[in-house]
Amino acid sequence: MKLAILHELNAERAARRPAILVTDTESGEQRLVKAADFAKDPLRTELEKQLRMGKSANVEAGGKKLFLNVYAPTAKLVIIGAVHISQALAPLARSLGYDVTVVDPRTAFASPERFPDIPLVAEWPDTALPPLNVDAYTAFVAVTHDPKIDDPALLHAFERGCFYIGALGSRKTHAKRGDRLRAQGAKESDIARIHAPIGLAIGAVSPSEIAVSIMAEITAVLRLPPKEKEEAA
Amino acid sequence: MLDRDEDILKAAEDWQKAGHGVALATVVETWGSAPRPAGSSLVINDEGTFLGSVSGGCVEGAVVTEAMDVIQSGKPRMLEFGVADETAWNVGLSCGGTIRVFVEKVG
Repeated sequence: MKLAILHELNAERAARRPAILVTDTESGEQRLVKAADFAKDPLRTELEKQLRMGKSANVEAGGKKLFLNVYAPTAKLVIIGAVHISQALAPLARSLGYDVTVVDPRTAFASPERFPDIPLVAEWPDTALPPLNVDAYTAFVAVTHDPKIDDPALLHAFERGCFYIGALGSRKTHAKRGDRLRAQGAKESDIARIHAPIGLAIGAVSPSEIAVSIMAEITAVLRLPPKEKEEAA
Repeated sequence: MLDRDEDILKAAEDWQKAGHGVALATVVETWGSAPRPAGSSLVINDEGTFLGSVSGGCVEGAVVTEAMDVIQSGKPRMLEFGVADETAWNVGLSCGGTIRVFVEKVG
């Protein structure tokens, strides 16, 4: 790999922008295609498909054998609420490879003693979230049970197109939440994106078990094709 | 999405800039049960230091040896490992899969 290509690839990765490295596996020739340039590329169909699947693959084009190596950003998990569930969820998500941040304006909750080694932001969502660069490679979980904190955070998650949005609360709590968000201008399609009650139905009781059910659901949304995803969630 | 390959690629860039000969080995194809998916990579420098993996540790030794040659020659190479391979007794994959690994020089 030419140093210039490697340098460009590392810059794209640092900026959390997807890119695909196309290698002619016979000649060793390479080029890097940034996601923003997919539309004008002769391989656009293949590039878009592989990025969507997050999977590297071999294709044949113009008599050449090409390897498409997909570089998608590391997934992030933003947890709104430094509650008991979050104490189990944050280290579990980290072990699954997520960059985790916990947001809670209540300093009694968001304390380093309760969250050793986990990045904590003890601010209201309006202040805390914009610098976190929440994006399409972010899973977003609201678990404070406090509408003053959860609601503005969820509105931010809608705006940023998070691949997963989940919120703690029973069906009844969630119906009320839907009404509040609607009143604040959320679209019906946004509200429908919230996974609530949060997590896969595995009969979870303890905070750690609930954390497992949440990460299982996030994994399903991340990895399964759309149809199977619906069946799992 | 979850692979933290940026550390590997960052190391490749840093090592190269520090004046090392560097090679990158990438899994480009797998058949059957293979321990690491296509796109997984391993970076090696001319001192034999390596980061990342292309299998569960079964063939890394052989990949590092080949990578040393690639650093010398500058020519990319395609390696294939699997139980059907005649070298299977030495560096085969115990899981029964087959993988192809592309090894290229960086820089």
